[in-house]
Amino acid sequence: MIANVWLIPAFPLAAFLINGLFGRRWLRHATGWIASAAVAASAVLAVGVFLEVLGGKERTTVTLYEWIGVGDFHVNVAALVDPLSSAMLLVVTVVSTLIFIYSNGYMEHDHGFHRFFTWLSLFVFAMLILVMADNYLLTFVGWEGVGLCSYLLIGFWFDKPAPQKAANKAFWMNRVGDWGYTIGMITIFLVFGSLTYTEVFEKVGIATQANLLLICIALFVGATGKSAQLPLYSWLPDAMEGPTPVSALIHAATMVTAGVYLVARSTPLFVAAGPALQVVGVVGAVTAIFAATIALVQFDIKRVMAYSTVSQLGYMFLALGVGAPVAAIFHLATHAFFKALLFLGSGSVIHGMQGEQDMRKMGGLRPKMPVTYWTMLVAGGALAALPPLAGFWSKDEIVGAAYQNGHVILYAIGIITAILTAFYVTRAMWLTFHGEPRDHHLYDHAHESPTVMTLPLIVLAVGSATLGLVIGFPPDAGFIHTFLRPSVEAGVLDRVGEEPRLVTILALAAVSVGAGIVGILIGLSMYVRHRPDPSAVARAFDGYYRVLVNKYYVDELYDRRIVDLMRGAFGVLWAFDVHVVDGIANGLGRLSTLGGSGVRRLQTGIVGNYALTIVAGLLAVLVVYGGYAAGVFKP
Amino acid sequence: MSVPVGAFVAVSAVLFFIGVAGVLVRRNAVVILMCVELMLNATNLALVAFSRRAGLPDERGSVFVVFIFVIAAAEVAVGLAIVLSAYRNRPTVDVDEIHAMKG
Repeated sequence: MIANVWLIPAFPLAAFLINGLFGRRWLRHATGWIASAAVAASAVLAVGVFLEVLGGKERTTVTLYEWIGVGDFHVNVAALVDPLSSAMLLVVTVVSTLIFIYSNGYMEHDHGFHRFFTWLSLFVFAMLILVMADNYLLTFVGWEGVGLCSYLLIGFWFDKPAPQKAANKAFWMNRVGDWGYTIGMITIFLVFGSLTYTEVFEKVGIATQANLLLICIALFVGATGKSAQLPLYSWLPDAMEGPTPVSALIHAATMVTAGVYLVARSTPLFVAAGPALQVVGVVGAVTAIFAATIALVQFDIKRVMAYSTVSQLGYMFLALGVGAPVAAIFHLATHAFFKALLFLGSGSVIHGMQGEQDMRKMGGLRPKMPVTYWTMLVAGGALAALPPLAGFWSKDEIVGAAYQNGHVILYAIGIITAILTAFYVTRAMWLTFHGEPRDHHLYDHAHESPTVMTLPLIVLAVGSATLGLVIGFPPDAGFIHTFLRPSVEAGVLDRVGEEPRLVTILALAAVSVGAGIVGILIGLSMYVRHRPDPSAVARAFDGYYRVLVNKYYVDELYDRRIVDLMRGAFGVLWAFDVHVVDGIANGLGRLSTLGGSGVRRLQTGIVGNYALTIVAGLLAVLVVYGGYAAGVFKP
Repeated sequence: MSVPVGAFVAVSAVLFFIGVAGVLVRRNAVVILMCVELMLNATNLALVAFSRRAGLPDERGSVFVVFIFVIAAAEVAVGLAIVLSAYRNRPTVDVDEIHAMKG
């Protein structure tokens, strides 16, 4: 099965080509099922590959062909199949399949149906390339590919101004990150003379500390762009302008985890680079709490989920930073399930509410949408880290690792963020599904989504409920730990000190659960019993509330400090382009136009003039010829 | 008896420049064609005269004259056809008025 690993991305690629070429005219709504079937086939293959890796093939490189070969520089189109990439393949293809099926229902009435599935198939292809690649350059190809698809799908409704702007914003912020990735990649090549993961990691020793630090920080800049961490996070909330399945697939479950994957993949470099890991951990923790506070006050249901995603990605980087890459990938997997489910559930609500996303107009939807409600409740519980749901195991492991590896401040931030998380998810669930309906017109027309949409919800809910227990129990010694440890923690850290005692583990778990419960209780007390009333709290902390509602004014700050500066600087280049470069091109054109209109005058259209010219020419010939003949001119 | 060849050439030159002048100053397309004929015949005269002067045995110069007759006939046929169809499109044979394809 591993030998055929390249079939996994081949299926979505084929779906992309078929849908792209024939979708508009002939296939139309068949595109949805073609794409879904292709991704499902990939998922089946991914299961096969996963089982084979599980069966003991720890590391295989499957080379398709040599891509670049210049002197000593070789880059192959090759797949590195190891526990990390096979697990990622599995997560990506399974979640994609469910979201593809769901999209058949969600996008049913959209006139861009075929276009949607074309881009979505291309996205899955690019994501699989990113995950499978055995070198930094091929990963970068996938990295750019998913960025492109993200741009195309955020701007899917390109006839409206907001999605256009959001798409551009996402693209530009990602360019900043990609710049970091490129610097990192170039430095890796200069230092190690190779871009292949295995070769680079074998030669870690030959690099100086400064080189390693530069590489890691540059790569991490790339990761912050793709994974929406501070300071490059603000494109992700805006990306919610895209269709909801896109938010679920690209901006929650798969693409935004690419940064986490990159850092996890590069663990040997980061560990050797010393302070780089601290940077990763601190940025992750700060992002986690920062985004969680913004999520507290948002009223757009998708924005709450978007900030929550930023926050959860922060947890993953926190885990990487404190030396627990397995926990990071574990959380990545569980998060892919429960956050995709939360998004798809939100989409189901939006679908049933005729496109309304404002939670202030919802309320009381529980009896109208039972399946959506119960599945989202499971996902919400997982997000709030309630045992035994999936999110609990992974998040507890992250904060536990922070504590045990001696990062007490990061641990505290993690716990506070957990309280905030539980609070905002409670708030979102309550405002949407409970209480009195606040917009009766919308409420009366609200309906449960069709089976094609609810079925993926149920499957994801089962995953969100059980995944943690199945692969992550017992903590630190579960299936995922033994499976992943060889590939991501090879030579990483010897755990600090002795094995943690059972009491410590239980105490840490109790604190995590307590944090979740406290958050939920605060939420319930505020929104159910109005003690204290949410609007009174908002008034009491008016200044801070306004800062939160305005998302810390980060967009305004960027606009004023960076975008305007860039506009000024690029205005000069623009002027050069318009006046000098365009001037030369247009000048050449104008010159020939002028010459032409001058010469045009010779053609008078009066036959007499032509005849006169002919006679004049004849006379000139005669004079010259006669002159030579008579010896007046000397030859 | 023998007229000097210079006389032939002089008549030929006079005829030719009458033709040239006619082509240059007249606007009537039919008259212009007539003037072109005049120029061709001036050439014919010069050719015959030179042929005699050179004393070629088989009158090779005169053969050229026959060619020119043929060409002149063809030219008149085509030229008059053009004038006729131009006249059908617009009721004029004034060449200055026919300038629809002026650049």
